[in-house]
Amino acid sequence: MSTATLEPRVHAPRNYLNADYGWKSWLFTLDHKRIALLYLVSITFFFIIGGSFAVLMRIQLVDPQGAIVQPETYNKLFTLHGVVMIFFFLIPSIPAVLGNFLVPLMVGARDLAFPKLNLLSWYIYIVGGLFTLYSAIAGGVDTGWTFYTPYSSTYSNTQVTAVAIGVFITGFSSILTGLNFIVTIHKMRAPGLTWFRMPLFLWATYATSIIMVLGTPVLAITIFLLALEHLFHVGIFSPALGGDPLLFQHLFWFYSHPAVYIMILPAMGVVSEIIACFARKRIFGYKIVAFSSVAIAVLGFLVWGHHMFVTGQSVYAGIIFSLLSFLVAIPSAIKVFNWTATLYKGSISFDAPMLYAMGFIGLFTMGGLTGLFLASLATDVHLNGTYFVVAHFHYIMVGGAVMGYLGGIHFWWPKISGRKYPNGWAALAAAIIFIGFNLTFFPQFVLGYLGMPRRYAFYPAEFQVLNVMSSAGATVLGVGYLIPLIYLFWSMRYGPIAEPNPWGATGLEWKTPSPPPTENFTEIPVVTEEAYAYAEEEAGHE
Amino acid sequence: MSHTIVPQKTYLYIFFSLIGLTLLTTGVAFIDLGPFNTVAALVIAFTKMMLVIMFFMNVRNSSGLIRIIIVAAFFWFALLIAFTMSDYRTRTWTPAPESWSSAPPTHP
Repeated sequence: MSTATLEPRVHAPRNYLNADYGWKSWLFTLDHKRIALLYLVSITFFFIIGGSFAVLMRIQLVDPQGAIVQPETYNKLFTLHGVVMIFFFLIPSIPAVLGNFLVPLMVGARDLAFPKLNLLSWYIYIVGGLFTLYSAIAGGVDTGWTFYTPYSSTYSNTQVTAVAIGVFITGFSSILTGLNFIVTIHKMRAPGLTWFRMPLFLWATYATSIIMVLGTPVLAITIFLLALEHLFHVGIFSPALGGDPLLFQHLFWFYSHPAVYIMILPAMGVVSEIIACFARKRIFGYKIVAFSSVAIAVLGFLVWGHHMFVTGQSVYAGIIFSLLSFLVAIPSAIKVFNWTATLYKGSISFDAPMLYAMGFIGLFTMGGLTGLFLASLATDVHLNGTYFVVAHFHYIMVGGAVMGYLGGIHFWWPKISGRKYPNGWAALAAAIIFIGFNLTFFPQFVLGYLGMPRRYAFYPAEFQVLNVMSSAGATVLGVGYLIPLIYLFWSMRYGPIAEPNPWGATGLEWKTPSPPPTENFTEIPVVTEEAYAYAEEEAGHE
Repeated sequence: MSHTIVPQKTYLYIFFSLIGLTLLTTGVAFIDLGPFNTVAALVIAFTKMMLVIMFFMNVRNSSGLIRIIIVAAFFWFALLIAFTMSDYRTRTWTPAPESWSSAPPTHP
């Protein structure tokens, strides 16, 4: 066979990006890859909005007396920052962008099981987002992203209902996405792709989908009850109406703690793919890493009470929740140890995706370990409600989930866009983000330990140095996030053309052209080897 | 995979059963059953739920995998109730101040 006959097939001019043009071809598309890009643009927009609120907060906290806004406005800033970042960026980030793009490619299918539901989920997400943006413009909301009652249901005179409706609507988008992934992974795997041959990203996505489908309806009901009490004074959460405010917290955290795993589990899946590729090795203890994703999803549902240790929750319930919170650290630690063991004697290269993955491991480990401080009943009494908590969950959600997301974007960008980005700039951005992140959030651990409470617009003067460090770090972090935005955008037009498998990775998504054709594969692929068969591949080359 | 064809009249029967049970819920609300008020409402609600799951969602004729998913959802709901009740049943309750029993506060 001559290469002359192969080349036109490999660099097929028709792909999902140029198959059709015009706004209708995007807004009415049923192609999972195009829907993934719709999500990519949307969540980037919300990331910029949520990030802008954070910038204003950090400027405010440069001065102990508050630099720019009144306390009421500050309350709205941190609330909207949390709501936008959690519900409209972090939760849909990896599942809706990378999951949508990759799940059918990785299972060897032509699309997700329900393409129309997939498009519907994006529209639902957008409607929910618009409701929330409306509330921001119409006066904002000041309850904190947790909407704790009875303040939210009885006393707050801000746009609680509009935001609640926005979050309520967006929840259905999450449910539909999770449902689509579960059915696709169960029913549409290519011949030979058994459960234990699946890439770990699919295991992580599957575990995440379980949480989305089983947990999100509880959030929807909780918000519905909140709106019912806020609008019609039906006594559910307010003690004055015969309700119980802790019931809200039980219901809210039943979803919202597992929601943290919706953010971090897919990032763990991404990191498994990257580590295996750039260490040229099969993930150490593949099966246990796969099962640990499911274990995190299941155990993650049993730990919510650790958010309520100091609220008046029964001390006996607190002991149980504390014990279970320690248990959930085990599967997380298994993953970290196994990634590290994979690196041992690996043939490691430090391309940009690998730098993000390394950053993820370090930052997630710090976030996870400081979580144990908060899972301990006694230390939580001191640390609860302080900046220690803020630092802890940012190490998980930003240091972990966002690093994983960026690592994934960099890893699969050649597949998504068909173009390569400048690796030097990407490595520089990863380093800037890592440094900026630590400079922003490490001082907050110290601030929290020293007793600085979260959610205050001003603070005692002795905390200023650490706060200024944190604000300076936020500036560095902001620059770090801006750089990829510029070079990825640049690469779409000027980047070198990417070959089908630029990293020499295993997995079905790399066996199709970059960018893939609309139907993904011209022939249904047949899987004949284990996941991450790098050793076999290297042996084949020799 | 074979699909069982459910006759249209079955759906109509179930639909009217659900309407009937809704009317029953309303009717029972006007009768004071003492401690059984909640029990009666929950029994009717449970019956309606089972009709929807078994017939409208067609779980009656579905595969084992689908049934496992349904059972898992109930199991998750049971976890929510059980762990929440572990707090309620063992919490140290303090009586609410008398002033709280007056009219609900209005918006500031």
